[in-house]
Amino acid sequence: MIEFRSVSKEFDDGTVAVDDISLVIPARRVTVLVGSSGSGKTTLLQMINRMVEPTSGTIEIDGENIAGIAPVPLRRRIGYVIQNSGLLPHRTIIDNVATVLYLEGVRKPQAHERALELLSTVGLDHALATRYPSQLSGGQQQRVGVARALAVNPNILLMDEPFGAVDPIVRAELQQELLRLQRELAKTIVFVTHDIDEAFLLGDNVVILGEGAKIAQQGSPSELLANPATEFVASFIGADRGRRELTIRRVNGRSVVIDGTGRPAGVLAETDGPAS
Amino acid sequence: MNLFVDALAWLFSLDRLIGGNSIPQRVLEHAGYTVLSLIVSAVIAIPVGFAIGHFRRGREVTVALSGAARALPSLGLLTVLALMLGLGAAPAVAVIVFVVLGTPSVLAGAYSGIESVDPATVKAARAMGMTEWQVLWKVEVPLGLPLLVGGLRSAALQIVATATLAAYIGLGGLGSYIFTAIPLRQYDVMLGGAILIMVLAIVIDALFAGLGRLVTPRGVRHRRRESERSLALSARPARGTTL
Repeated sequence: MIEFRSVSKEFDDGTVAVDDISLVIPARRVTVLVGSSGSGKTTLLQMINRMVEPTSGTIEIDGENIAGIAPVPLRRRIGYVIQNSGLLPHRTIIDNVATVLYLEGVRKPQAHERALELLSTVGLDHALATRYPSQLSGGQQQRVGVARALAVNPNILLMDEPFGAVDPIVRAELQQELLRLQRELAKTIVFVTHDIDEAFLLGDNVVILGEGAKIAQQGSPSELLANPATEFVASFIGADRGRRELTIRRVNGRSVVIDGTGRPAGVLAETDGPAS
Repeated sequence: MNLFVDALAWLFSLDRLIGGNSIPQRVLEHAGYTVLSLIVSAVIAIPVGFAIGHFRRGREVTVALSGAARALPSLGLLTVLALMLGLGAAPAVAVIVFVVLGTPSVLAGAYSGIESVDPATVKAARAMGMTEWQVLWKVEVPLGLPLLVGGLRSAALQIVATATLAAYIGLGGLGSYIFTAIPLRQYDVMLGGAILIMVLAIVIDALFAGLGRLVTPRGVRHRRRESERSLALSARPARGTTL
């Protein structure tokens, strides 16, 4: 569990990126911080591994104030994935995955063994191990980024718009892959995005942020859809434009579901069980 | 044309191979001053350049200072220093003059190499838990090395050309052929000496070109080739907007 207590961040130029935020991020769930650019969501994320220091307030991981943990060891036990992967261009894929293992003093043969395992975990062919990042596609690089973040088996995974720079098809693939990984690994994932659809797809818990990282509303995707707390939230999730509304039309005795733009989205399966 | 033939005749005369004024002897002196000055420049400029590049601070001041020093005419500086420190300190004077000349290039190569590294890569390295020292040595230096070698290369060229002046304060080197030939109007010797300096410069430049290729990390070489290829194919449709 990660807990923000009245956390604020004012940058040297006077910009208040985060304004007195209290937030509990549950363990072993995916929490998505979603907001438009400038909402301070990345700043919030980077305070968890002390890439950014809060101006005031405290952040605790499992009850321990992180201000008391030196940044370097703290970062080594938290996985971090960013847009464009941030791989080291002069190192092979296998060495990139093993980076944190090397930093922790793991010997090369063991580190390589573990790195190969991780490549399988993220669905990459071992033949890629000896390639360089520039020889991989954007989607493959992003998978390597995830493998690297998982190397020391951290409990917490921070993901900063990790799928922002790949094309929509690859993005959909990576999103499914992340959901699969999460079913297996059950990490505490904090995921930042500006894409509300991505947030609803991946998040167990979605936090919608306004300016200054003010929490506009927090809840499961269905809670947010059912009861948007404010106009801002309604407009952000697209409820105000009717985008989220589905209507049912009877066609030849079946119930066809029509989406907000008037296109048929599917056929209603008429069972008594709960919709999953 | 006659002059050129005379110069070649002078160069390839067997007399050039013997005695204290022989070509091998003068080449050794010349190369010795060049290498020594380059090493001193590197020892001064590389740590400073790395620090500027890593901390992204102090660049303007350092560039202004070293640039101003670089603007001093070498011959004037040599004369003034020799008069101040005396001819006994001639070797030190020569090295100081060449170091003043070479340092700005090495400095520029060192900091621009570090600054050329993608900030996202550096940030990711830090976020993974590298110490500042590890960020420098494992990420910034290996990726910045080609530009540093470029800086050393241009410093070496400037020094090897200017080391001609060592002869002006009696230190030998290839400049001694030129300086002794001027009052005697031995144009063949002057041209011969100039040719020797040119050849030495070309050899040193080629050495650094090879070194530059050697220190370019493999993954980055791939990227260069790749980006050339993608430039050729750049007529791709723009990415569609997401809903």
